[in-house]
Amino acid sequence: MTTTRPAQRVTQARVVRSEWTKLRTAPSTSWSLLAALVLIVGFGALYSVLRVTRPPSDPAAVAAFDPTAVSLTGVQLAQLAVGVLGVLLVAGEYATGTIRVSLAAVPRRLPVLWGKAIVFALATMVLCLPAVLAAFLVGQSILSAERLDTALGDPGVARAVVGSALFLGAVGLLGLGLGALLRGTAGAVAGLFGLLFGPQLLSGLLPAAWSDRIYPYLPVPAGAAVANARPDPAALAPWTGFGLFCLYTAVVLALAAWQLRRRDA
Amino acid sequence: MIEARGLTKRYGDKLAVDGLTFTVRPGVVTGFLGPNGAGKSTTMRMVLGLDAPTAGSVTVNGRPYRDHAAPLREVGALLDARSVHPGRSAYHHLLALTQTCGIRRSRVDEVVEAVGLDGVARRRAGGFSLGMGQRLGIAAALLGDPATIILDEPVNGLDTEGIRWIRSLLRGLAAEGRTVFVSSHLMSEMALVAQHLIVIGKGRLIADTGTDELIATAAPPVVRVRSADPARLADLLRSREVAFEGAGDGALAVSGLSTDQVGRLAGAAGITLLELTAQQASLEEAFVDLTRDAVEFRAPVTGGERP
Repeated sequence: MTTTRPAQRVTQARVVRSEWTKLRTAPSTSWSLLAALVLIVGFGALYSVLRVTRPPSDPAAVAAFDPTAVSLTGVQLAQLAVGVLGVLLVAGEYATGTIRVSLAAVPRRLPVLWGKAIVFALATMVLCLPAVLAAFLVGQSILSAERLDTALGDPGVARAVVGSALFLGAVGLLGLGLGALLRGTAGAVAGLFGLLFGPQLLSGLLPAAWSDRIYPYLPVPAGAAVANARPDPAALAPWTGFGLFCLYTAVVLALAAWQLRRRDA
Repeated sequence: MIEARGLTKRYGDKLAVDGLTFTVRPGVVTGFLGPNGAGKSTTMRMVLGLDAPTAGSVTVNGRPYRDHAAPLREVGALLDARSVHPGRSAYHHLLALTQTCGIRRSRVDEVVEAVGLDGVARRRAGGFSLGMGQRLGIAAALLGDPATIILDEPVNGLDTEGIRWIRSLLRGLAAEGRTVFVSSHLMSEMALVAQHLIVIGKGRLIADTGTDELIATAAPPVVRVRSADPARLADLLRSREVAFEGAGDGALAVSGLSTDQVGRLAGAAGITLLELTAQQASLEEAFVDLTRDAVEFRAPVTGGERP
């Protein structure tokens, strides 16, 4: 303890590196992310095959057929996997007690939450983008058998592909925020599913005039707008909707940060 | 140096820690003793800023732990040997910790070797025994080469060789001038390694004193004396206001006098002694008595605050 050495200060950048090490060295997280990627590509391909064997017959159905959405069906399943993984990244630390080790090493606490959020969001988006692109390309090649396919250059398609990956990253952050806020895995997963699906179900109970007005502002309809290649008159504009979803996620993360500072670990 | 002043923690209507004031000084091993549930772990969590005190304060090396810019340099702590992700290797667990504050990577290998985990550092920590988990926790505590070391029940799960290793490790760390604060519910274990003891029961301070002094006051030697005429010996002791009690078989257990003193006293009175032995009460029994009495009768603190 008498040797002099550079001050071992905790910085946000160092905590990000540490959280990256934790993310990549826990086999369970790697497997969950891999499962999400397989879901994106596999389910998209499966659904494309399903649709190409029963192609739309009348002109109205052909006009309504959205080849981008068909090939990206897997994203809807992957959002559950990614969201639950986000929950587990924090709730898992509470379950094993490692959160105490993490917070004792970073006593200001918030850098741990931000570090996890940055690393997980980036990892999810970077891994999901090629998977979404692959799902799109595989799906289109399947759909091309019945000339139902579309191309990346068509209006809105590239944005939908990139938007799907961004949306998955944001859902992961929502899960992570809920995990940090609620701490328990079961409660946070229930909260995640509740936020993703509950509002749509509840809005269905309202009079149609009200529910139509509210629907575009609900989390998933808003966030999914960016993943739709075709402009949907009932939905918000793609980036507006995605921005709103990010705002909801930011609110959950802010609540989580407030609780993390305030509560005993 | 750890300084607690009026440290209090309330969970609902239960006081887990009740107005603790103590100082843990560098250069010696300080044992933190108390029965299970006495509030030792809660106190240690408050020292590390994990739990916020309901009242009072605690500082490490002069300031609250949370305010230290380089926390691992100040304090290395082992709170729970099970606090490791079961799927991650010991090496990566330690690596992630070093990265939070830019400790060089080679330090991981150093501490892994120091605690004797070199062979298994790349294996999943989930497969570790409790003893290996303790060693990993101690490795994590040593990473930052800290001035203060806090270990909660480090002896749990260690085998005989491990216990001897940890004793010499703790003495060595203290000899280097570090503050070493170690909790245990085993007085016999602490008596072997700690020079100073802070004893708590039900969250309250019972003793804050040197180990030798505490043993002397907590477990005063008792003289067992058996005589040909126990009734007369009892009268004699009573007349000298010496405390004693019956020990069966016509023997008496005399406290406050040495064997020499009892022997001379009986000799002067012409009482024939058949047996005269000094008996040290078991350390563990003495500790149980000490904590039970102090909690039930709210006896005053035996050591009090040191200057």
